[in-house]
Amino acid sequence: MRITLNGKTMEAREGETILSAARRMGLNIPTLCHMEGLPPTGACRVCLVEDVKTGRLIPSCSFPVSEGMDIATHSSQVVAARKTIIELLLASHPDDCLYCASNGTCELQKYAQELGVRQRSYSGDRNRIDLDMSSPSIIRDPEKCILCGRCVRVCSEVQGVSAIDFAGRGSNAQVSCAFDEGLNVSSCVNCGQCVMVCPTGALTERRDVDRVLAALDDPKKTVVVQHAPAVSVSLAEEFGIKPGSDVVDKMNAAFRRMGFDKIFPTSFSADLTVMEEAHELVERVKKGGPFPMFTSCSPGWIKYLEEFHPDLLGNVSTCKSPQQMMGAVVKRLWAPAQGLESGQVFNVSVMPCTAKKFEAARPEMGGEVPDVDAVITTRELAEMIRMFGIDITSLEGEQADSPFGDRSSAGKLFGATGGVMEAAARTAYHMITGKELPELKIDAVRGLQDVKEAVVNIDGLELKLAVVSGLGNAGRLLKDIIDGKRTYHFVEVMTCRGGCISGGGQPLVTNPERVKARMQVLYEIDRDASLRVSHENPSIKALYRDFLKEPGSHKSHELLHTEYSPREVLK
Amino acid sequence: MPSIKFRCCDKCTDSKDTPCAKSVECLTEGPLCHEDQACRDKRLGWKESVARKNTNTPIIFIGAGTCGLGAGAGATIGAIREYLKAKSIECTLVEVGCIGLCAVEPIVDIKLPGKNRISFHGVTHDRVGVLLESMLHDGKAPENMALMQFPGEEKAWEGVPGIGEHPFFASQTRRVLESCGVMDPESLEEYMAGGGYRAFARALRTMTPEQVCDTVESSGLRGRGGAGFSTGKKWRFALNTPSSVKYVICNADEGDPGAFMDRAVIEGDPHRLIEGIATAAYAVGANHAYIYIRAEYPLAIKRLRNALQQAEAAGLLGTNILDSGFDLHVTIKTGAGAFVCGEETALIKSVEGQRGMPSPRPPFPAVSGLFGKPTIINNVETFANVSGIIDRGPEWFRSKGTEGSPGTKVFALSGKITNTGLIEVAMGTSLDEILFGMGGGIPGGKAFKAVQIGGPSGGCIPAGHTDLRIDYESLLSFGAMMGSGGLVVMDEDTCMVDVAKFFMDFIQRESCGKCIPCREGTKRMLEILKAITRGYRDETKEQTLERFRGIVTLERLGQTVKKTSLCGLGQTAPNPVLSTLRWFRNEYEAHVFDRKCPAGVCTGLLTYSIDPDSCRGCTLCVRKCPSGAIKGAQKSPHYIVSQECVGCGACLEVCPFGAVRVQ
Repeated sequence: MRITLNGKTMEAREGETILSAARRMGLNIPTLCHMEGLPPTGACRVCLVEDVKTGRLIPSCSFPVSEGMDIATHSSQVVAARKTIIELLLASHPDDCLYCASNGTCELQKYAQELGVRQRSYSGDRNRIDLDMSSPSIIRDPEKCILCGRCVRVCSEVQGVSAIDFAGRGSNAQVSCAFDEGLNVSSCVNCGQCVMVCPTGALTERRDVDRVLAALDDPKKTVVVQHAPAVSVSLAEEFGIKPGSDVVDKMNAAFRRMGFDKIFPTSFSADLTVMEEAHELVERVKKGGPFPMFTSCSPGWIKYLEEFHPDLLGNVSTCKSPQQMMGAVVKRLWAPAQGLESGQVFNVSVMPCTAKKFEAARPEMGGEVPDVDAVITTRELAEMIRMFGIDITSLEGEQADSPFGDRSSAGKLFGATGGVMEAAARTAYHMITGKELPELKIDAVRGLQDVKEAVVNIDGLELKLAVVSGLGNAGRLLKDIIDGKRTYHFVEVMTCRGGCISGGGQPLVTNPERVKARMQVLYEIDRDASLRVSHENPSIKALYRDFLKEPGSHKSHELLHTEYSPREVLK
Repeated sequence: MPSIKFRCCDKCTDSKDTPCAKSVECLTEGPLCHEDQACRDKRLGWKESVARKNTNTPIIFIGAGTCGLGAGAGATIGAIREYLKAKSIECTLVEVGCIGLCAVEPIVDIKLPGKNRISFHGVTHDRVGVLLESMLHDGKAPENMALMQFPGEEKAWEGVPGIGEHPFFASQTRRVLESCGVMDPESLEEYMAGGGYRAFARALRTMTPEQVCDTVESSGLRGRGGAGFSTGKKWRFALNTPSSVKYVICNADEGDPGAFMDRAVIEGDPHRLIEGIATAAYAVGANHAYIYIRAEYPLAIKRLRNALQQAEAAGLLGTNILDSGFDLHVTIKTGAGAFVCGEETALIKSVEGQRGMPSPRPPFPAVSGLFGKPTIINNVETFANVSGIIDRGPEWFRSKGTEGSPGTKVFALSGKITNTGLIEVAMGTSLDEILFGMGGGIPGGKAFKAVQIGGPSGGCIPAGHTDLRIDYESLLSFGAMMGSGGLVVMDEDTCMVDVAKFFMDFIQRESCGKCIPCREGTKRMLEILKAITRGYRDETKEQTLERFRGIVTLERLGQTVKKTSLCGLGQTAPNPVLSTLRWFRNEYEAHVFDRKCPAGVCTGLLTYSIDPDSCRGCTLCVRKCPSGAIKGAQKSPHYIVSQECVGCGACLEVCPFGAVRVQ
């Protein structure tokens, strides 16, 4: 199909939109509401282009191409309309870019610049709406909201949670939670995907940098930092290094420059999780259920189950997440061995995730003396590194500390969807057969597909596995499981599509290419590693020898396992 | 009275389980399957009794639509019942819908045995006694209460004009409104005795869905909801979109201020609507229809529910309708009162149970609508035209109206006009005829200034242009639009800036907030309108500058909102401002530059002064003035410090000597 774009004829694909054709041609049409992969809503009107034959303005995000179409993407009429729309948005905006978390990444700011907005055109009223600071993970600032609807759609159409929606009419319309209450009493699972898609500073993570700085400043505190597997493979992007670079050694060096006393990678406690979880799976196989067993590493998923499927909580693994296992091991085992009171240790964890902030604050996770004291996201870590004036590119790499510095590449795989499954399968196989899996790499659970299935044959036992990421996908899979259409022994669920590499705490520019690159580097680490199974990790072996005895022991249960209960929220 | 669709004898096989395809026609023309004089007489007798012919008791009809009830018809009904009971008079009481002349309600019609039906106006409860005493006792029509009489085969009333002579009705072409205010809207029999459901039955039996689409398309019927798209074409799109599930939606979410056409049709003749919907469903292959009606229309909803139950009980809806194999189920969906839900894509969302916000088109609902299935949406008046087209043919339909806009259109007349109410006229009728003929002109000897057509989405037509003919093309070429048919008349006392402000206020509150130009643009436009119509005494320099730029900004924003908004609501939202700017720019300029409201409506712009010759220094105004702007010693003339005056007009109201002047 031939269409003309800005006077140039090109081949367009049947059924595609003008926006997609224009992008292939290298033309950037601005848009504030478009979301790749979701049906267009046509809300922002910034992507309007001119139909040259009629002079009409049509939305390029939703209008399909047709034979002989003649489109101008940047005619004077189009640019003037876009500018007026941006000016109208700014007239209802707080104008405090210098104080805004999104200063520099804000799309509204970018378009205002591009369209040459240099003054306030309308001086009338703007809505005054209070901040919603109720959530431990996410701050909502409705005054900065431009109602593009991306958060609402990611929450309902991608995650199936629908914690937020439009309320009110006309200029009083806003995005709000059920009954205009706070996020904390809503069905929000704290995944932070809304933060990732917000074009402005209306949705940001709760910033915990200051609490970390205060701890670093406190001479009485031993500050221990753990970092999740997905952090070191995405942090680089914050500093302009090409996506898909693993900077774990430089990151270690940066932690030491900032004054952290000990560095233990969360991949170590991921290995520990694998030991406990594989053991639990083997026990369930022996006892005959309950199946499927669900993974428990992803805190958004846990809250989702508590709210929407409390009857399935008995199927969830009782293992705490790697973050919480690390916190418990450091405070309850390592600290006493060092002659430290648990209150003297300040556990910081760096996570690609906003829900981890919520998880760390759960009463099940240590109670009075929490296992983890502060959780910061990949973005907040980047902010700290910049704050300390550290040029990460020129740092010499350094190693993590003992005794929890070793990790297998299986633990590192936790950063991508399917990783927990692959790591657990390797160890479960070994637990049952006493042998290593002939082929450690399980291709069927790798990649970015929404749902992946695999069957692992363990000495004649056909272990049926499924991997799902994105709560919307998980919800649909659950329905099939409940309806008896699908049966599995073990299901890995990650809250965010693609797993932690596309978590809500990752660099704000997170697109499919970057997610793929992050995943690829995790696979390369596994390919090149000498230690590829959790059960061979010497530090894990030592931990069991010295403290825990064996997976599933009484001590393990005391420190590393927990239970969850149904949760009432406003839906 | 025999039940609907009764069997004339044992030869009739019609029943709920074995429906007869010809049972509808058989009622009025039957028996069709056999010859039998006795059966024929039975059918005829039923028809006459339903039409209340040859009755020997009086029949009283009361206009009890929402408008009638608002004018006091409820109390009138009570008073009539009381009177009849007290006098022990046997009499039939029928509550009918609105005949259209809302200005003189409550309207009561009386049909005495042997006499033609006669209509009385202004029958409030206190006048019931006089009327009934005169009519039922003396057989005489009280002179000052008779409105008109209906034609009939019985004896006419002397000295009472016929409906064809009454100026309000004389030039109307009543098709959609044919039975409104005349027939019992709660009686399926009455509808069927008059040929109701005949068109639908015939379509089912003798026409293919393509033929129904063809017939409607060749009639030239255009959507009466505002945009005027060809109804037949729309149906054909849906028919030609392959899908096992399709839907028909009737848009009865009439939300324009000053529009009440749909309400009157549903309250006065609900079966006509249902027949149109059923025919449309057959034409596109839909087995489920929704009627989306605003919850603010409780009486209409009640009448509609009743009519749907009757139609289902008579086998005119449900499964295997009239043995055709066609199934149709109709659901009423009440809207929670959002103007934007009249926009078809927002309406679909609302029916789906989501927040009523529009979606981009394409895809059009006829291809992908309700639950992603092909859906046709038409408004009440469009559907109400269908049975006539099928029954009497497209040529009959085209016999009225213009080439491009055949048929008739219902208008609601409101505002500064003598005969407020509903009229139905042939397309192409001039505005003069509507306003000064049927409408009876402007009351109080005031001068006509403009008429707003199409509600908040429409525009105004000023004096001097009332020779304009009302049809889609003429209005379009004039820069106005038909809209749904509200006509709000304004006289010389109306401030056009104030009118624009009213509509803008309405639309900006009713914007769904989804798209930026509509949400933010209408807010800023309203702010400008408020700024130029309010008092200027405490204006800052920046505000003054913005006021001076007001008209330019209004035009620029208006054009942007119009061109860039997502849905019809936003695309037409600036129309009231743009059209008043076009025709009454001088009024805007007077507000902006001279700080005067020529019509004296914008109180903030009035300047008050005290005539020293008339003022006696009584100090009454000083005590009433809320801003302390009036100075002066007792018993000597006062004066107003204009910088301190807030323009409330309290002094004008209290001055016993008429000394306060306002400009």
